[in-house]
Amino acid sequence: MMSLNGLCKRIIPCLDVANGRTVKGVKFQNLRDIGDPVELGFEYQKQGADELMFLDITASKEDRSTVFDLVRDVAHKLSIPFTVGGGISSIKDVRKLLELGADKVSINTSAVNRPELIEEIATACGSQCCVVAIDARKRTNTFNGSVWEVLTKGGSVATGMDAMQWAEECVRRGAGEIMLTSWDADGTQEGFDLEMVKAFSKLPIPVIASGGAKDPQSFVDVFSTGRADAALAASIFHDGIFTINQVKTQLNQEGIPVRLC
Amino acid sequence: MATKVNVEFDLVTSAGGNLGSISRTLTRMQVPFRLVGNENAPDGSRPIILPGVGAFGAVMKSLKENDFDQTIVKLVRAGTPFLGVCVGMQVLFDESEEAPGVKGLGLISGKVLKFKEGKVPQIGWNQIKPSNDQSWESGYVYFVNSYYAKPDSDSVTLYKSDYHETFCAAVKTGNITAFQFHPEKSGEMGERLLRRWVNDVT
Repeated sequence: MMSLNGLCKRIIPCLDVANGRTVKGVKFQNLRDIGDPVELGFEYQKQGADELMFLDITASKEDRSTVFDLVRDVAHKLSIPFTVGGGISSIKDVRKLLELGADKVSINTSAVNRPELIEEIATACGSQCCVVAIDARKRTNTFNGSVWEVLTKGGSVATGMDAMQWAEECVRRGAGEIMLTSWDADGTQEGFDLEMVKAFSKLPIPVIASGGAKDPQSFVDVFSTGRADAALAASIFHDGIFTINQVKTQLNQEGIPVRLC
Repeated sequence: MATKVNVEFDLVTSAGGNLGSISRTLTRMQVPFRLVGNENAPDGSRPIILPGVGAFGAVMKSLKENDFDQTIVKLVRAGTPFLGVCVGMQVLFDESEEAPGVKGLGLISGKVLKFKEGKVPQIGWNQIKPSNDQSWESGYVYFVNSYYAKPDSDSVTLYKSDYHETFCAAVKTGNITAFQFHPEKSGEMGERLLRRWVNDVT
């Protein structure tokens, strides 16, 4: 049957933010300053980013004011949706971020620690603004295929939880989207973890694939083979190796629906 | 770039959700507005904008407080220019599958239905094409919706889009315009559509 679906695959640049500045490192180590997140976000919007992700990686309680200021500034300048993540653990934080202009929040460790937070956000603010980020790495191969384990606290804690079961629980509790980061692929720039993305893209809510973006072809793969709904990347855009437009041009040539600007 | 808008707009605050985004976008576009709601009802001297995010039932419940819904219906029937966004479009219709038994504003006849295929909600950029009036540009806009309005008459459909089925993405009839997508989150295309509506009603 002919596909009657015009919904575009989304490209989402991710900006790691510490103390109000965009930083870059591998697995949150050896961070260096790469600029003003508002300006960088605006540049990505001009390049054709479909959404933006701001991940506050310092997110200690005393530094929350910098992320609030950032959200306010981004919301005034940008006209595309953006998500804020990092250190969000209460519905109060969520309300404040949405009021300041964030479209969605992303929760990770705090959801694992207290899964009810997902329901609280979905009930109070709607599922559409609740993104659950899952960091996972491959644990074992079984007769039924691969199994992935949930990691928390920036990859430092192995929880022993099955990532697929956790993702399904997130859906039941009202998550609007799953942002899935492969800890095996993250920071490697060797391509997305297609096996993992493909397994999770069967979930009934959109899946944003993250970790391993390499080149325009890697995005083609994550959408065609991996069947992801969206793909997130940091380094290849920050380093100026490829522009978002270059990635989208190739996706378009391969027949994958994208928004061309 | 922006032409100066001298008319002040009435932005309804009683329907939740994306008020913040709309107000920021109007500010960026230099469109003056004031906030209206149950306590501070519009009087029809200014065009009305009704944003709405959340459930159909919840938005209608909030609109019905102090018969605010009747004020809106009366003003719109009397010809006040009106823009609905997202659920602010859906409540214009008679009823929704999301809230059986809850009556909408009934300003446009038709029902609000749930998407039957694909991941629901639809989240992201989808292409819209003008249905009747080809002077409206085609392009990509940002949607977040599980439900869509199905007008009884195709003549009110301003834009169509495809999400596993063709659905009505915007309506325009008389003084009523409404977008299912979020123009305030749809980059330059969204701002052009808002600008066109603002220019049309001022």
